[in-house]
Amino acid sequence: MWNLLFGKLTWNSLPHVWYTIGGTLTLMLMGAVAAAVLTYTKRWKWLWNEWLTSTDPKRIGIMYIIVALLMLFRGALDAIMIWMQQALSVGSSTGYLSADHFQQIFTAHGDIMVFFATMGLLVGLMNLVVPLQIGARDLAFPFLNTLGFWLYVAGAILINMFFVFGGDFAATGWLAQAPLSELQFSPGVGVDYWIWSLQVSGLGSLLAGLNFLVTILKMRAPGMTLMRMPLFVWTTLCSSILVVTVFPILAITIAMLTLDRYLGMHFFTTTNGGNPMMYINLIWMWGHPEVYILVLPSFGIFSEVVSTFSHKKLAGYTSQVLAAIFVTILSLMVWLHHFFTMGAGADVNAIFGISTMIIAIPTGVQIFNWLSTMYRGRIVLSSSLYWFLGFVATFTFGGIAGVLLASPTADYQLHNSLFLVAHFHTMIVGGALFGLFAGITYWFPKFMGFKLNEKLGKTAFWFWLTGFFLAFIPLYILGYMGATRRLDHYTNPAWQPLFIISVLGFMVILAGVTTQILQIIISIKNRKQNMDLSGDPWDARNLEWATSSPPPFYNYAVIPEVHGRDAFWEMKKEMKENPQPANVEYKDFELPKNTPFGIYLAGFALLFGFAMVWHMFLIAGIGFVGMMVCLIIRAFDEETEYILTAQEIAKLEQERKDHIYA
Amino acid sequence: MKHKAKTVIFLIDALSIATLFVILARNGNLQLLNPQGYVAQGQSTLLVMALVLAFCIGIPLILFTLFIVFRYQEGNNQAYTPEWSAGKKLTTAWWSIPACIIFVWAIIGWQSAHAYDPYNPIIAQSKPIEIEVVALRWKWLFIYPQENIATVNYLEIPANTPIDFQLTADNAPMNSFWIPSLGGQIYAMTGMVTQIHLMANKPGDYPGGAAEMSGEGFSGMNFTVKATSNKEYSQWVQSINQSANMLDTNGYNKLVEPSTNNQGKEFSQPNKNLFNSIVAKYMSNGNTIYMSQM
Repeated sequence: MWNLLFGKLTWNSLPHVWYTIGGTLTLMLMGAVAAAVLTYTKRWKWLWNEWLTSTDPKRIGIMYIIVALLMLFRGALDAIMIWMQQALSVGSSTGYLSADHFQQIFTAHGDIMVFFATMGLLVGLMNLVVPLQIGARDLAFPFLNTLGFWLYVAGAILINMFFVFGGDFAATGWLAQAPLSELQFSPGVGVDYWIWSLQVSGLGSLLAGLNFLVTILKMRAPGMTLMRMPLFVWTTLCSSILVVTVFPILAITIAMLTLDRYLGMHFFTTTNGGNPMMYINLIWMWGHPEVYILVLPSFGIFSEVVSTFSHKKLAGYTSQVLAAIFVTILSLMVWLHHFFTMGAGADVNAIFGISTMIIAIPTGVQIFNWLSTMYRGRIVLSSSLYWFLGFVATFTFGGIAGVLLASPTADYQLHNSLFLVAHFHTMIVGGALFGLFAGITYWFPKFMGFKLNEKLGKTAFWFWLTGFFLAFIPLYILGYMGATRRLDHYTNPAWQPLFIISVLGFMVILAGVTTQILQIIISIKNRKQNMDLSGDPWDARNLEWATSSPPPFYNYAVIPEVHGRDAFWEMKKEMKENPQPANVEYKDFELPKNTPFGIYLAGFALLFGFAMVWHMFLIAGIGFVGMMVCLIIRAFDEETEYILTAQEIAKLEQERKDHIYA
Repeated sequence: MKHKAKTVIFLIDALSIATLFVILARNGNLQLLNPQGYVAQGQSTLLVMALVLAFCIGIPLILFTLFIVFRYQEGNNQAYTPEWSAGKKLTTAWWSIPACIIFVWAIIGWQSAHAYDPYNPIIAQSKPIEIEVVALRWKWLFIYPQENIATVNYLEIPANTPIDFQLTADNAPMNSFWIPSLGGQIYAMTGMVTQIHLMANKPGDYPGGAAEMSGEGFSGMNFTVKATSNKEYSQWVQSINQSANMLDTNGYNKLVEPSTNNQGKEFSQPNKNLFNSIVAKYMSNGNTIYMSQM
């Protein structure tokens, strides 16, 4: 009985080292402060009704971004700990971390940055922008949207839970590659935390992918054909197709590892016929497309930003779309390049190497198209465009490094080296993150009603770019010196100065982050001066700017009709020619009701995951039954929508107009 | 004027940082660009070509981007064609330029992948030496079947002689065997035999190590490769052959136990069939599977 209730969790597993105790106290303190503020301002009910149970993609998007930023901060703490250790731990000094602790930190760093920081920012931005850009009032499946968000939160909590409830985190690298992640080599609960956190949040990502896929295909405004969609919608579509295609592989792979660890099976063990090489294959069949899931939407953002700030239509729209589709398809056919060195023959390696190199072609085309877009434009050098220029500067070199790594012969030397680490950070930071920053700066006024401070945005950009080069060029050089990744200690003293410069680079990046935080605070303080209620602060081109800032909860009182690409640009032209808008007639429409079932279900999923980590099977059973009951209750609820009548809409619209012109 | 001053300061900063990087890079040993072995030489050619490519394509592209951005800024009164889009010709060019570069690079990739495939025996005048490598937690065991000796975390090889490494692992997660100066790198896995052929071009000491994270003792899985003359090599073999430190079954079982930061050790007369029996431990039917036969 005791065993079923508490499983492996004993008094001794509770936090007892300085960093877990510190983490616990910090988390508890933060929780207490938040609770106190909410109670003092009497906002609990408001929080629950307006935000936590909301099915409005704009609200969900903002919540995604807040959680993702918290996780970005957590991942950055890991990064600085990794860098400090490597700057210190040379020769007779062993730094300040044990090997095991160091390995847990870089594992957590990778998982948190990929699954929770970047994915969170991305899905958040998609939630905010996609419905507005296609002229829809909501996503296709509002309940799945809130459920997906809360599963993502549950995963994020689970990955940090060892701070509070003890145990440790996986010390296996971010993909928990078998056989290192098997019981034989990792007997603790660390890998189990990894398994359940990723399983739960991965389900959330899958639901989000499905939702955007169906939304984009089925809910576009009349007249918006596929070839009239904004590029961000296109890349979100491509990204969603990839999510739906490959996240099931991740789920199955993790499930097989779970069976190995919990039921003594032998899918990936070294003994009894298990095949760890299969794990490496499966995890990268998900892992490589995942990179494009992260980067593709950024390409879409850059297309929007470049064409808006050049005040010119996107050059080579069709070829830009084809390039995105091409990348999507190819990204499914290159996974083997992550393990050329596992011993496959030259034919297999060379074929996968070449398919990888080919991805550089559509990527190059996109860059050329952006250049053509700027050519003979009226360029306004806003901070969003700065991020684009930073992207060109970093991504070009990162891409060439990628083409080099794609050639098996070179990869035999560079695989697992710091050169590789520098390469993929260039792609994820320079590609995905810079794009997300550009997007957040660009769309911020749409959702907040005021612009971010441009000057501080540009300062932050310079810190980031300088810091980025200072932090990662040393890693490229170290790779050429034969330094492998993930070293908690090294003997060659000539490496140390480079590691130290790398830390300094990170400090400069931190200055950039501080500037960004300052930017948000000052922008909120001075919001009156940067107010934008017109809804179109950049003289932009796509539908999302056709409504007010912030948009009403129903996005559009009347669904706009689309007559071409750059729908809003065309509307503005027409308005100039024919300034008397036709009298609008409102019609009733349906909107989804708020629902707490997403949060309930994810709560039970969290309980289930946590109980499974510690083998508390009774509690896990309760969690599982809870999930199923929630699902059934929700499935039988037939009144999930309410009707907004024409009169109500007319009233709301009038209020909105009065507010804008006040 | 203010703009110019800023640009100058920026350029000076960038140049001084670049100089610092060059000094630091020269101070350390850029092993991958300073190959000491046949395979590493071939591989470094590619690395140099990529560096050249990076500068020939990357820098002009960035400069061109900046040029366009500054030229067509609002207020510069340059031509403005808001409806202009890349036509057929330009689109074809945009696709063809990267396609041509990648086409050439793909040919290079294909040919080099075959020329420097780790399974390829290296053709040289002297007869190759076989070395069997076993990745353990957390050290490397090297068995010299022809010389009937074994070492831990230390390799001695004759220069200008091809070495045929056969690799497996025992009681250890996946590992990767890497000697950057001679050429890289191949996984060592339980129940599998992988292979890599390397050759040192001249005598010297070269660092080697593990490239795949394998747990607690990973960063201590280093060894030195000492490439010597043929004469010195046979003297070394002889001296170990005479030593009483034999690697019997008991000794091996002790070695398999996890341990960290092992110093170099030398053994005479390892068990005759040691390598094959290690591989066979993990096979259900006792047959060794060679990756190259799969």
